[in-house]
Amino acid sequence: MQLVLEKRTERSNTIALVSPLIAIGLTIVTMTILFAILGKNPLLALQAYFVAPLTDGYSLQEIAVKATPLVMIAIGLSLCYLANAWNIGAEGQFLIGAVAGSWIAVKTQGTDAGAWVLPVMLVLAAAAGALYALIPAICKVKFGASEILTSLMLVYVADLLLDYLVRGPWRDPNGFNFPTTADFDPVATVPVLIEGGRLHLGSIIALLVVAAAAILLGRTIKGFEIRVVGAAPRAARFGGFNANQLIILTFAVSGALAGLAGIIEVAGPVGHLQPGISPGYGFTAIIVAFLGRLNPVGILIAGLFLALTFIGGEQAQIAMKIPLDVTKVFQGILLFYVLACDSLILYRFKLVFPNRQVARGAG
Amino acid sequence: MELVEAIILSVLAASTPLLIAATGELVTERSGVLNLGVEGMMIVGAACGFGGAWLTGSIFIGALFGIVAGILMSLIFALMALGLAVNQVATGLALTIFGVGLSGLIGAGFVGERISPAAHLTIPGLTEIPLIGHVLFGEDGFVYFSIALIIGAWWFLYRTRAGLILRACGDNHVSAHALGYPVLRIRTFAVMFGGACAGLAGAYLPLAYTPFFIPGMTAGRGWIALALVVFASWRPGRLVVGAYLFGAVTILQLHAQGFGVGIPSQFMSALPYLATVIVLVLLSRARTGGSTAPAALGTVFVPDR
Repeated sequence: MQLVLEKRTERSNTIALVSPLIAIGLTIVTMTILFAILGKNPLLALQAYFVAPLTDGYSLQEIAVKATPLVMIAIGLSLCYLANAWNIGAEGQFLIGAVAGSWIAVKTQGTDAGAWVLPVMLVLAAAAGALYALIPAICKVKFGASEILTSLMLVYVADLLLDYLVRGPWRDPNGFNFPTTADFDPVATVPVLIEGGRLHLGSIIALLVVAAAAILLGRTIKGFEIRVVGAAPRAARFGGFNANQLIILTFAVSGALAGLAGIIEVAGPVGHLQPGISPGYGFTAIIVAFLGRLNPVGILIAGLFLALTFIGGEQAQIAMKIPLDVTKVFQGILLFYVLACDSLILYRFKLVFPNRQVARGAG
Repeated sequence: MELVEAIILSVLAASTPLLIAATGELVTERSGVLNLGVEGMMIVGAACGFGGAWLTGSIFIGALFGIVAGILMSLIFALMALGLAVNQVATGLALTIFGVGLSGLIGAGFVGERISPAAHLTIPGLTEIPLIGHVLFGEDGFVYFSIALIIGAWWFLYRTRAGLILRACGDNHVSAHALGYPVLRIRTFAVMFGGACAGLAGAYLPLAYTPFFIPGMTAGRGWIALALVVFASWRPGRLVVGAYLFGAVTILQLHAQGFGVGIPSQFMSALPYLATVIVLVLLSRARTGGSTAPAALGTVFVPDR
């Protein structure tokens, strides 16, 4: 007796809808076991992770703040993945965007530069992110170099560049030698929405990005091309769609969004450029994209959920001394389950009895 | 003279983890499976390897811990990508994200601890030979093992029937299946071999390279190993050249920093990563007109009955 996969004749829409929920359920079961192994009360730990952050206003705002970069990056990545272009260097594009935008902020510091500073920073960050993402895209299209590896290598390069700038030329002269720029001027800062709160304009931009992506994918020919090239490359070739052009386009868009997310993070919640501005947003966004089923609205929900785990992880660390790495383990396990459950959309399990299929199977 | 010897020794030390991990991935990819989780398997191998050596005081047992950890990690990948026919790129990424977190959890108990690193061979009379003595007769066991490993992998792939069948699975899984070969089982073994190698390569870092464990100490070496397989166009001979070349670039930048060359250290540290990008571009460009990659690499296979 053997358990095998059998292709469904049609993709199962029911499972497509519930599979993220099954995945989250399985992850929580696994985490319960993990907490027990770590010697923590699983119920209290789960409460700290998933319930406590939802109970006070500060944490709720903080979830939206954390979800902002995740959603923006994941929307861009989902376009890439739909078109079968594997951009996994969003972390690097995020950092380059942060660096490019900060350049303006640092250069105008202490001058009487006006309200133009922030918009220019945002545009420059998006452009820099897009250009940085175009490196792997062009290497792929022109030379056939694996975009997976090149985009990832550039993450390390971006990280080192940022490190050099804040330790060298851009370091705050009054910063006691800490590797950081001075705090940005008010004109170079993303404004908060409620006075004294944490929620900032970036969250609105993220919502606009979600809406734009939903329109692009659902209502435009470009969106249709992106989906066809990924799902049925042969059909796309017959249809005359240019797959290479779409790789360039999706990489540029996702780089721009990651870069924009980078400067919003730096000019918003962080307030200055320093190493470690990202707790791995570019990588977590990959999980967000898949958990959201590469669908804009799904990504919005998935981004909020993963932001919840970041905040919950911090609270669990403070309240119960649960190591922060648990959050990463959690995110990895979640991605495993999401992918595994997705498999059930296309396949179903079937028990086979070897003696019955000898005649056909052995030939 | 002594400086030259020191440089060669450090190049060998820097290259060995790349060579071991890349050998495993080469065999895996030759069977048609693209496992992008090398970095994740390596970092868990590093944490478990160090833990094993720290608890038992034995480098050998530490290495075994690393190997077993790598195999266990690779089995998760096999279950997902082969058993459930999940996209291999996404599964590999998940394995790396998971591995980085898991290694942090495992390693949290012994950050800051030290062990005595793997012993180096000494053969009286031979090891003292100037220039080549230490290079040839004074390495740690991992270095010799890595060379045996890549020769073994070459012999297996090109000189044995099992190796031929494995390559057949990688080039055309439908035909291999039609001939009656158990494609998924063969691929599972190949993935496990890749996991064992990645685990050992990870364990090498805290057991021989630096005698302590720090979170994230693989620092992208798993990804460079993946790039090396492309660099080698899936051939063991070229893999050796590639691994030592990359080890040399890593060491070169360290020495350049030591000499106080007027370039910021961060730019020098970026060199191995930039070199990877440039090499990938140059090689992929030289190959236009016919790919040398296994034809079925990274594609899902579900046997029809």
